[in-house]
Amino acid sequence: MVNTSVTLCGIELDNPIIPASGTFGYGYEFAELYDINILGTFSFKGTTREARFGNPTPRIAEYAGGLLNSVGLQNPGVDAVIDEELPKLGRVFHKPIMANVSGFSVAEYAEVCERLAAQEQVGWLEVNISCPNVHGGGAAFGAEPESAAQVTRAVKAVTKKPVIMKLSPAAADIAAVARSCEDAGADGISLINTLPGMRIDLKRRAPLLANGTGGMSGPGIFPLAVRMVYQVYEAVSIPIIGMGGVCYAEDVLELMLAGATAVGVGAANLTEPMACKHIIENMPAVMERYGIKNITDIIGGAHHG
Amino acid sequence: MKQTELTIIENLPLCTDVYRMVLAGDTSAVTAPGQFVNLKLDGFFLRRPISVCDWDTGQLSIIYKVVGRGTAAMARLRPGAVLDTLTGLGNGYDLPLSGNHPLLVGGGVGVPPLYGLAKRLIAQGKRVTAVIGFEHADNILLADDFRALGASVILTTADGSVGIRGFVTNGMAEAGEYTYLYTCGPEPMLRAVYDACRTSGQFSFEERMGCGFGACMGCTCRTKYGNKRICKDGPVLQKEEIVW
Repeated sequence: MVNTSVTLCGIELDNPIIPASGTFGYGYEFAELYDINILGTFSFKGTTREARFGNPTPRIAEYAGGLLNSVGLQNPGVDAVIDEELPKLGRVFHKPIMANVSGFSVAEYAEVCERLAAQEQVGWLEVNISCPNVHGGGAAFGAEPESAAQVTRAVKAVTKKPVIMKLSPAAADIAAVARSCEDAGADGISLINTLPGMRIDLKRRAPLLANGTGGMSGPGIFPLAVRMVYQVYEAVSIPIIGMGGVCYAEDVLELMLAGATAVGVGAANLTEPMACKHIIENMPAVMERYGIKNITDIIGGAHHG
Repeated sequence: MKQTELTIIENLPLCTDVYRMVLAGDTSAVTAPGQFVNLKLDGFFLRRPISVCDWDTGQLSIIYKVVGRGTAAMARLRPGAVLDTLTGLGNGYDLPLSGNHPLLVGGGVGVPPLYGLAKRLIAQGKRVTAVIGFEHADNILLADDFRALGASVILTTADGSVGIRGFVTNGMAEAGEYTYLYTCGPEPMLRAVYDACRTSGQFSFEERMGCGFGACMGCTCRTKYGNKRICKDGPVLQKEEIVW
């Protein structure tokens, strides 16, 4: 028997698999297909203070390595999440949940985090300072170490629950941003969010996405995720949730060797709704193949000297 | 929604760039005309959402147009090939709203889902009129199949090569009285049908989708009753809730 459990910021997970925010809604669609309580946890749809429609459609495009999205943080707003989504979610998911939060000001981040952290179901806050699809928010805070630290301090001031800062691969120096978040009190780092890209419609001779650009996700960005998790692991001592293009149990081990304590699965859920179930079921066999008894033993295992 | 493997029985051209694919397997999740399936194709990351034309226990048919590399790859598939498929997606049309003489209005590859609808309405004893519109005589789909079901068919072509010259709205003007309207087609056509429609109705929309089952919020539209995901809360919307 192998042991797949890990501890993320003081909370034990049965396994390191965490569906990434924005690819799993509030879980119900997947709960129709399988018991989502097999997951380590999941990070629910990014939540803001006000309800948001997001960007105009079309907001989905494809590339050889995955997809681009310019959804732009559609969500019903924090009140509706607390009053409607969390009670519904509580009927299908019985583990601590990760609340993903986004905002357009430091004050909004703090307010939404404070309200969600007060919910018993919420185990961790994942603070998205890296959404590429909104203007004047999201990635603007994650681009520089100082603004990332400001958001971190503001959120840490309103909750005792673990605060995980979600970083963008578009930052000039992601390791510096991660270090700055750690210095500001962050309990963990998650990376990578999507990478800004563009497709052009040959017929209309114009960007395919109404927003122009969209965030690239899927297996095409996996090597970028591995490299950045590897770099951030050397820069910080707090746990890392690694993500970006994960499709298979082998990818999970690879990101953990790079330094991740837990692993997000994003785009794969959209094309293969059972992706996380398959990964979790395959983990023991793949661990045995590589001689791993305790998954925690391999965290950062690719770093030598 | 159900995830299942379907086997291609037939995949043949109907007219220029348009193919009919018949798939065999578990169709139990398909419960209403207007629902769609989402097909996984080798070499493409996203699945291809295609509306169901008709189905019975054990088989379903889809009619699709080659518009890019994905649908071109579909057209090359041969009988015997197995496709990983999400079936029974979307809400589909509501038959009980039809009244005794429903009008079905379809344009281009928006016509196929109306075939499965017409078949079921006629089986319930409804008198169905179908207005179906195409660019040219060479693009006509399913006209004889609708007639074989017993539907009255009003055919329009943009260039007048067959039937009424013009758009489906010109055909609607010839349809006489009707009790309810069901439609599917490109959005400019839906808008024109909406303006011409004299009853209540159901409109089937199209949008670029990420997942097809409500998780990614990629295909959301605004309605009078809030945001709706075309893939999960649609693709069929009530006339009264549509915001253009």
